[in-house]
Amino acid sequence: MTAVSDATRRPTATGAETRGGALAGTGTLLRFNLRLDRVRIPVWVLALFLGTLATVNSRNALYGTAADRASVAKTMGSPAALAMTGPRHYLDDYTIGSMIGHQLLGFTTILVGLMSVLIVTRHTRTEEETGRAELVRSTVVGRHAHLASALATAAVANLALAVLLAAGLSGLGIEGMDGTGSLLFGLGHAAVGLAFAGIAAITVQVTAHARGASGMALAAIGAAYVLRAAGDVGTDALSWLSPIGWIQRTYVFVDNNWWPLLLALALAVITSAAGFALSTRRDVGAGLEAARLGRPAASDALGRPLGFALRLHRGMLIGFAAGLFVLGGMYGSILGEAADMVENVEQVQKALERIGGSVSDSFASMILVLVAVVASIYVVMAALRPRAEESGGRAEPVLSTGLSRARWLGSHLAVAMLGGTGLLLLAGLGFGISGAASTGEDGLFLKVLGAALAYAPALWVTAGFAAAIYGWFPRATAAAWIVPVYAFVVGYLGQILDFPDWMDNLSPFGHVPQLPSADMDWTPLALLTLVAAALLWLGLAGFRRRDLDLK
Amino acid sequence: MTKAISVSGLHKSFGRTHALNGLDLEVETGEVHGFLGPNGAGKSTTIRILLGLLRADLGAAQLLGKDPWSDAVELHRRLAYVPGDVELWPNLTGGESIDLLSQLRGGLDKRRRDELIERFDLDPTKKGRAYSKGNRQKVAIVAALASDAQLLLLDEPTAGLDPLMEVVFQDVIFQAKDAGKTVLLSSHILAQVEKLADRVSIIRQGRIVQSGTLSEMRHLTRTTIEAETARPATGLEGMPGVHQVRTGDGRVHFAVDGGQLDNAVRKLSEFGIRSLISHPPTLEELMLRHYGDELAANGHGNAHAESEAGDVR
Repeated sequence: MTAVSDATRRPTATGAETRGGALAGTGTLLRFNLRLDRVRIPVWVLALFLGTLATVNSRNALYGTAADRASVAKTMGSPAALAMTGPRHYLDDYTIGSMIGHQLLGFTTILVGLMSVLIVTRHTRTEEETGRAELVRSTVVGRHAHLASALATAAVANLALAVLLAAGLSGLGIEGMDGTGSLLFGLGHAAVGLAFAGIAAITVQVTAHARGASGMALAAIGAAYVLRAAGDVGTDALSWLSPIGWIQRTYVFVDNNWWPLLLALALAVITSAAGFALSTRRDVGAGLEAARLGRPAASDALGRPLGFALRLHRGMLIGFAAGLFVLGGMYGSILGEAADMVENVEQVQKALERIGGSVSDSFASMILVLVAVVASIYVVMAALRPRAEESGGRAEPVLSTGLSRARWLGSHLAVAMLGGTGLLLLAGLGFGISGAASTGEDGLFLKVLGAALAYAPALWVTAGFAAAIYGWFPRATAAAWIVPVYAFVVGYLGQILDFPDWMDNLSPFGHVPQLPSADMDWTPLALLTLVAAALLWLGLAGFRRRDLDLK
Repeated sequence: MTKAISVSGLHKSFGRTHALNGLDLEVETGEVHGFLGPNGAGKSTTIRILLGLLRADLGAAQLLGKDPWSDAVELHRRLAYVPGDVELWPNLTGGESIDLLSQLRGGLDKRRRDELIERFDLDPTKKGRAYSKGNRQKVAIVAALASDAQLLLLDEPTAGLDPLMEVVFQDVIFQAKDAGKTVLLSSHILAQVEKLADRVSIIRQGRIVQSGTLSEMRHLTRTTIEAETARPATGLEGMPGVHQVRTGDGRVHFAVDGGQLDNAVRKLSEFGIRSLISHPPTLEELMLRHYGDELAANGHGNAHAESEAGDVR
């Protein structure tokens, strides 16, 4: 940081000090970034901090005695629970501390990564894409100042979180949560955050679009989560490929290993350095890949409303399809090991029998909830595409042609719903194929495929909900994200957090029979479809009667 | 002849802002109608109501004999629109965007499209994100003019075009007029409207303050005369309708109301005219008469503005 302040004072440094020149203005930009994010960063950091504290307190209240904790440890030993939480070693001495390290690290590190990726892309690629960076770069600002200040902003946020966590957790005075562990817990989050910030520093160089850049970095986070999940259930080696896996292997509050932090920090340094190096190989505003020319005329399909909508959604749909297919395949491949592992543990076997179905069935049910949540993220993004088109001024020329509002919106919603259904199918295929192979049960393939498709009506309700908000309250479309977030928290995390039933029933996903471990029930699926149809009708009706929100 | 556009008493508010305050507008079939006004006067709002993108709070509007809100789709097949701020899809090429908009409108004249692309010197293989503002505008113009729409609604269509392309644009609009199309051309670039428009409506604060042919409006404006005379010109100051007389060095400079032009020139000839330059009234002047109060309030004197108006030609 000293080099930075030096450079700000002498921005015209030459010769041996050109490196300082390349960083000129970083300090000013950092303060500017923090000013821009004066609400965002505190909200992120406080939400993560308070969320962690609340979880610790609720665990402490629920599992006060060693006997309680020992019985939880037994259910946590199931492959499904391990895939969701963390490595088995935490279970050896299940104090409140190790319980937090085991159950929470896997999720909070995803969120910290998300925060870091969004900070870095917002202050680099978004600035370039909107053309604001050009204006800033024309002043006394060095070539590397934007990226350096963005990374520094991410570092400030991560360190603030680390300090809060270290102080807050050790301050609780809960048995099993000492000061050293709390510090490691906090710094572990910061290390993961910096590693993902570094990955974002690379992705923002690759593509010229902020959305693409953050998408790629988020895919890296997703891959890290899936790798550690596979590793924690099956081959440990896979977890060692994941920054999230490294931090979980600090065995915080159990062994307190510090050295995995070095792995994450090394990754952060290497990726950041790569980001700086790559940024010199491209022009301001451009990606590494040169802009390509395209077709001089439109294909026939593009001239039709549905073809047009599909074209706009194509990139994202392909990305999600590949991601979900791999996700399904990945979880399917550990299905066999999961079943084998549990056969030796009598208690877990019994616990799972209570849930219903065989081990592999209940594991499959749990993974399919996750698949459905990821698919619903696509559905919401796709169903809100009309909003982006409208506020971006691109709906105006199209809706001034012979295309009616209903057909325009309907085409986008059709792509959202059919696309979401297709994603379920692909994830089910990936999961079914590799699951049947790893367990040797041929019948599993069709069972899993059907179970995945059973979530389709819930996805349609998700799209309908987004459409209804768009039709009536176009400025509040962000509210559509409630559905996937709620489904994730209550539907997925609820499997270990034990929420009351009524909470599950509020989510469309809560009504879908959890195949293959539960029995098929057509009634809720038919009702969900009706609800979806009603919401879609409502959305179209609202959109037909309101003003377009124009620039 | 039926009216292509007929609007009366149109009101539209956005929250507390009154964008339109009882706007009336009549456009005859087959004419090029200039729609003039400063930024924020309500030009775009009017056009968007005519497109059925916005719904009027009050008042009646008819487009080609139909209701712009309830018959929007049917009407859109017979009209073409160029927005003032053209946004394109970043990952579609210009050519694809043109075809897309034309096909959604219900058909495309391929030969005409290629001809227009050629004339506007547009590269149709570039992606939308790579286009400059002017090129995005060209895409919308080509898409609109390649259709066989009866009515063209153009909202400041040349804001980003260079002067060379503006000439091409004027040419193309004349062609469209010859083909019997009706054009509503909104602008604050006065010289352009002056060249193209048969009739003009001036909008201010959501209301039409003046409407008519340019010659009808000229009587409201002043012609500026600059002359060199054999003998010093005197006595002009006292004449009715003559303003801002400046003399010196054998030259005289004054402004005269349209109705008094004849008298003034007659008087001038008494002093032996050696050279005479007359600046016809420009729309700038016409506008300044209506917006002069605002300009004065902004620190632009009327006299200053008028002398500037005289220099435009």
